[in-house]
Amino acid sequence: MKYLIIISLFFSALTFSQKNNLKSQKVSFLVKGVCEMCKDRIEEGTIKLKGVKYVNWDIMSNNISLIYNSKKITLDAIHKGISLLGHSTNKYTAPSEIYNSLPDCCLYETLEIH
Amino acid sequence: MIKFFNLLLITLVLQCSIGFSQDYIEGVISYKNESGEIIPLPGVTIFWQNTSTGTISNIDGNYKLLKSNLSNSLVFKFLGYKEEISDVSNKRFYNTTMLKDENILDEVVVNKKIKTIQKSYFKTQNIINVSSDELLKAACCNISESFETNPSIDVSYSNAVTGVKQVKMLGLESPYLLITEENIPMIRGASQVYGLSFIPGTWVESMQITKGTGSVVNGFESISGQINVELKKPYSDSPFFVNIYTNDMGRNEVNLHSNKIINDKVSTGLYLHANKNNHINDNNNDGFLDHPLSNAINFFNRWQYINPTKGTVAFFGYRFMSDKKELGENIENKVFIRDPWRGEIRTNRFDSNFKFGYVNPSIPYQSLGFQMAFSRHDQDSFFGKRNYDINQNSFYSSLIYNSIIGSTLNKIKVGLNFSHDDFDEIIDQTKTSYNRIDNSIGGFFEYSYDSLDEVSLVAGLRYDIHNNLGNFFTPRLHLRYQPFEKSVLRFSAGTGRKSSNIFSENQNIFTSGRQIKISKKLGKFYGLDPEKAFNYGLSFRQGFFINNKEGDITFDYYVTDFENQVIVDWETQGEVSFYNLDGKSFAKSLQIDFEYQLSDNVLIKSTYKNFDVKKQYNSGLKISPLTPKNRFFANLEVFTNERKNGSKWKFDFTYNWIGKQRLPSHTELIDFEGYSPNYSLVNSQITKVFSKKFEMYLGGENIGGYTQDNPILGGYPFETDFDTSIVYAPIHGALFYIGLRFNN
Repeated sequence: MKYLIIISLFFSALTFSQKNNLKSQKVSFLVKGVCEMCKDRIEEGTIKLKGVKYVNWDIMSNNISLIYNSKKITLDAIHKGISLLGHSTNKYTAPSEIYNSLPDCCLYETLEIH
Repeated sequence: MIKFFNLLLITLVLQCSIGFSQDYIEGVISYKNESGEIIPLPGVTIFWQNTSTGTISNIDGNYKLLKSNLSNSLVFKFLGYKEEISDVSNKRFYNTTMLKDENILDEVVVNKKIKTIQKSYFKTQNIINVSSDELLKAACCNISESFETNPSIDVSYSNAVTGVKQVKMLGLESPYLLITEENIPMIRGASQVYGLSFIPGTWVESMQITKGTGSVVNGFESISGQINVELKKPYSDSPFFVNIYTNDMGRNEVNLHSNKIINDKVSTGLYLHANKNNHINDNNNDGFLDHPLSNAINFFNRWQYINPTKGTVAFFGYRFMSDKKELGENIENKVFIRDPWRGEIRTNRFDSNFKFGYVNPSIPYQSLGFQMAFSRHDQDSFFGKRNYDINQNSFYSSLIYNSIIGSTLNKIKVGLNFSHDDFDEIIDQTKTSYNRIDNSIGGFFEYSYDSLDEVSLVAGLRYDIHNNLGNFFTPRLHLRYQPFEKSVLRFSAGTGRKSSNIFSENQNIFTSGRQIKISKKLGKFYGLDPEKAFNYGLSFRQGFFINNKEGDITFDYYVTDFENQVIVDWETQGEVSFYNLDGKSFAKSLQIDFEYQLSDNVLIKSTYKNFDVKKQYNSGLKISPLTPKNRFFANLEVFTNERKNGSKWKFDFTYNWIGKQRLPSHTELIDFEGYSPNYSLVNSQITKVFSKKFEMYLGGENIGGYTQDNPILGGYPFETDFDTSIVYAPIHGALFYIGLRFNN
């Protein structure tokens, strides 16, 4: 009996998170940035938006891929949230005062992508 | 930097366009993005090594280059990626995937050697990562010897005849550590004493040393800490490796590795180790061999499967080990009027394991892992007239599921473990036999939170059902607080339990004449109860810059409090008794580490350790014997700048000061008044790297030659006062070695 409790706990955790996946949306779009430092800022800032479950930004392609709960946040709000970090997306341009406060190496508008 | 780079590109492009020949090499250069997809990489600089002839890859990652008379090796360079040099002789096409270089920040190339021992500011647990380069510093030969240059772990001889070194952490012996191999519990039960010496150092990719309580994922056993050993992986290890070692005590070792990538998914590796020592050494003239005559062979075959598009990884491996040691009195050219005291240890071991991992490619934060391992350990040994045979069959399996709650800031792990151990032992002259079967099933849950800046936390709980230990919870907690970039404070607390394998953990008793006394109670382990302890500790690390050079200072304070312990009582001459703790037993350990990069080529490390380890014996609360109260350690690492051909010199110097240790009483030790003298040990090593492929090393251990005067006590080896286990210092003096490594 006690063995059963342990095993059933494990499988209920499994099915619980599988159900959770149904509410998830996967999306990918362009976020401008250049370096590892940009990557940290973009990923850290985005994951802290409520409703965003997973985020990964690729330096080479400037593509962000993320998974979010569509009941908690809209795609538009995510775009806006990222632009407020100082990184423009294909929907929103970052406010210039935030962009200008980024470290020099992250100023993607003036630097060549290398 | 960028300007320079552009200039370089232009010159390269110009030069390649003037070339004239029919013979071309061409191919596609790509890189792997975070989700594992292979994507063409434009703009990569490609040139023939040591020439200025080259080109750059186009928008589709394609390149085409005239063959060169001057070089057969192509260099691929791209900022942020590891430089690759490949031999392309006789090749018409060559495609490559560039690997990310983790050492590059922004656009500044950080020209800094990665430290061989790394402590992280970001991990929640107090984990020290030891790379394979650090293992090279000890050069010889197996893991139990590799900790001599590592201040977190203390290494000492366990007795005067078997040549085996034992490790201690936070003042406690290795049975209180959980030693895992790629997260499968490995060195336990029958292999407790010799197990670490059965893993050749060259097979090891890295080690992770966790101080204090471990993670609940790996079981309930870790009490004072955990050592995890990661072995080389066929896919990433070099295709061919040879290492040869020899020393002036007659020890010879050979290691051979061969790895083959069969196709883009399957790779395999063969690892072979052999050692032999048939040199008789009795430098202290006590009539006993200073080290055993030995002979061992160790074979490991490993298979690796990776499928990035499906998100699956699998490993399968099996291993045979056979080891023979002959020890005792030197019988060569000697006439005995009685039987000589001789001993022999024969060990055969078989291991196999299978691991499988799955990461959902579309939901990267969910993964499932399964592992199972089977091992059979068979030791037959005798020491004088005493016998010790142990046979252990083990099966272990675990299933673990990783996911998140809300977002990747909150991660969870849930899983199950099952383990089965079957022990058979035959003890002593009387050939008393003991059999025991341990079965356990456990479930665990671990939650981790990471704010990505100041705070992180790991909280775990497991519940185990064990036929001999009973049913119990194991809670463990780790906290990390990093108020500033270079300051980090860690706290951990948790419980641990273990079954007490009194004979296999204390094989020293058989190399003595001491009579074994076990207080017979109703416990499940030889009449004794399981061991249970609570461990908690604090660690604070502060990094700094002095003269623009990096350094740091770390304070660690850990306490292990035993609720029950099996007391091994050596206090009475002629006997050793085992009984359950009745009173207090604790180990308090303070460690202060200081590390400073004196210049780009010089790293200096020093450590002070203070241990307060006391146990309640039948005869009173006493300091644990053979445990120095104070220790000091210093290490100096110097290397010359690498030349174009990769050649350089490396120098390593280690100093150890070992304070006085309490000695169990013995009539022949009466002059010592209960304590050993303090002493120092010096080890040093010089390595000449000739190229990326070939290096030679030369070194000395215990260069000062300090030895213990009387490691073998008692007049007549078959009497009860005979003792080889009161060892506080090295048995043999200075030792010199030489060796080579070839890597292709």
